Amino acid sequence: MGDLLDAVAVALKAGLGFQAIFFALLAIGINVQFGYAGLLNFGQIAFALLGGFGIAISVSQWGLPFWVGVIVGLVAAVVLALLLGLPTLRLRADYLAIATIATAEGLRLLFRSVSATPVTNGTRGLSAFNGDFIALAPWATNARYRLLGTSWSGGELWVAVVGWVVVVLACLLVFALMRSPWGRVLKSIREDEDAVRSLGKNVYVYKMQALVLGGILGALGGMVYAVGTGSAVPDQYQNANTFLAYAALILGGAARVLGPVIGSIVLLFILQFADTGLRLLIDNGIIPEGLLSATDVAQIRFVLVGIGLMLLLVFRPQGIFGDRREVMLDAR
Amino acid sequence: MTHPSATAGPPGRSRSAIRPGPGTAHRVMLRLLLVLVAATGLAVLVPGIASAEGEQVIGTLQTSRSGPIEGVEVTVTTAAGDEVDSVASDEDGRWAVELPGPGDYVVTIDDGDLPEGVELAGADNRAVTVAEGRREPVIIGLEDGSRGGGGGTVRAVQLLVDGIRFGLLIAMAAVGLSLIFGTTGLTNFAHGELVTIGAIVAWYVNVSGGVPLIPATIIAMIAGAGIGALNELALWRPLRRRGTGLIAALVVSIGLSLLLRYLIQIVYGGRSSPYQVATGRAVDYGAFTLTNRALVSIVVSVVVLVLVALMLQRTKIGKAMRAVSDNRDLAASSGIDVNRVILVVWMMGGALAALGGVLLGLSDQVQWDMGFRLLLLMFAGVTLGGLGTAYGALVGSLIVGVFVQMSTLVIPNDVKYVGGLLLLIVILVIRPQGILGSRARIG
Repeated sequence: MGDLLDAVAVALKAGLGFQAIFFALLAIGINVQFGYAGLLNFGQIAFALLGGFGIAISVSQWGLPFWVGVIVGLVAAVVLALLLGLPTLRLRADYLAIATIATAEGLRLLFRSVSATPVTNGTRGLSAFNGDFIALAPWATNARYRLLGTSWSGGELWVAVVGWVVVVLACLLVFALMRSPWGRVLKSIREDEDAVRSLGKNVYVYKMQALVLGGILGALGGMVYAVGTGSAVPDQYQNANTFLAYAALILGGAARVLGPVIGSIVLLFILQFADTGLRLLIDNGIIPEGLLSATDVAQIRFVLVGIGLMLLLVFRPQGIFGDRREVMLDAR
Repeated sequence: MTHPSATAGPPGRSRSAIRPGPGTAHRVMLRLLLVLVAATGLAVLVPGIASAEGEQVIGTLQTSRSGPIEGVEVTVTTAAGDEVDSVASDEDGRWAVELPGPGDYVVTIDDGDLPEGVELAGADNRAVTVAEGRREPVIIGLEDGSRGGGGGTVRAVQLLVDGIRFGLLIAMAAVGLSLIFGTTGLTNFAHGELVTIGAIVAWYVNVSGGVPLIPATIIAMIAGAGIGALNELALWRPLRRRGTGLIAALVVSIGLSLLLRYLIQIVYGGRSSPYQVATGRAVDYGAFTLTNRALVSIVVSVVVLVLVALMLQRTKIGKAMRAVSDNRDLAASSGIDVNRVILVVWMMGGALAALGGVLLGLSDQVQWDMGFRLLLLMFAGVTLGGLGTAYGALVGSLIVGVFVQMSTLVIPNDVKYVGGLLLLIVILVIRPQGILGSRARIG
């Protein structure tokens, strides 16, 4: 029983910690692109990579202040969105999907390559760039605090607090935008692109704006993650994370302001609980070692996400909060 | 040039010592990069030199293209700079220097003595620490010089040949992807896993089961066809019946890809291991060299792809595939059993992907995510050729394969896939419908 409570506490911390914020921001960005505008961005992790490394490279390698690094990361994300959008947004949805997934994988390979080592430090990545940010915390960062049965270091708590503030601001922004005429145009593009075009709207520009906005949110997510872990390693930005964010979005409900946030919290809670729970079962010998070893558990989360994505899309594409009619799930 | 390890193997296996590229490094490079090898085991074969007591440093100077290199002066000095001895390599390229005792030494070779076309890959010296009573093997990296001026065309031809091999391999895996897209409209992100599963089934049959690779490959292809059929019958046909949209199906295929990929990692592990086949040396064909297995890979790919083309062109089921791909409703109304055609496409795609996986495993070893990495190049090939057309996939994949290999002339080896992905984006700008695609398809 005590073990079970511990597992719940660990899972709760994961659902509220910086990983959940990371996925929430990625998913809010995807929500703008996929949920509202119907764009298939499968390379959201590339924006996060640029955000994280924007700070890491600026601070660790170029010696710039932390906040300049934030700006560098955001500018890089905008540039990437423009580069990706220019050729693909006039084409059918799956072209953007292929181009973005290819870019995400390509950027990761580039950042971890030997030739990029002078800038990104290759596969080992960069660290020691979040000191300026952690120092801003209004409480002692090396002490530990207890919250709802979970234990946090001061630094973790500070990253989480700031991160959730960013999430709330992002949600407010999305809420306001989607109530505005701009948001209504975006949603109608999702429903019927040709109808919007016949009303004289420049569909291409609207899609591009959605792509850029989503990319910026993704970059912010990457920054929270990099600051939270205190390091930026190219292999942390595996492409599977994009699909974790998609799973979070679809679980919570696409085209809902709070869908991606709730989805991320719930998803991370489930994944961490499954993780800890499975480890417990293996340690206690309930699951035989031959069937599943403790080192395999890390892989299980992606297996679960894969099954979850499939089941959700087949049986409940609107997720927890979504409106079935609003969930754009057809090709155009 | 520092090597991660001083133990030496045959020249062909020492790639990682020179180019620490993470998995993406390609076997071509092994043939181009020639390594001075010295192994304790080899040294025993040389009577009179290696039989002496006490500490020694030993080595062999050879490259796979030039053979053993004779008459290169090797000088050994102590860490303080005092010369211990200086010897020349014998007709087998071997050399050995007696040391006064254990300690740190520096081995230097005179690069002026190297034959034309062979250059140092890194520094001309190497520091070693010799323990008491040890014969310490020393590796100094050598290159055949084709990366510099002069040998450029030779290397380009070599890369072209290897690019064709790689492109044919991509094409084989991509034909199924393209036909599935053509017949069902599904962008199947789980196609890479069919490649991986094929490679891994063959690996288990070959390495754990002790079956030779050719029957193992046939078993893997049958398994691939079975998995393709299972995909269609258990998942995609019911989904089509439910009226699931194409974008939803696409995300489902991503879920399937994640599920399979990480299940494979749990079962197979994160290692990369080779098949059990004889490792032949590269055979010289004048402008390029090719190992026998690479040659077999090319021949098999060409034969299989020609068979596929003949099938599409001549047989009833092949014509039906093209008809369904072209216009599904029209095909159905002309009496073609669309579901049966799609099932055959899935089985064929699965078998071809499995074969592609085995060939990829043969050149790059078997890894849990090999298919996913190949998937992106398959997409590049299929998009370049024209989504949904079988021949487009073939032409596009060939171009992508050659482009990826040839790009290593100008970009480092470990980012060569990035070049392929960049090509994909350039295609989307210039000619989004691809070489053989029709404008109507891009929406």
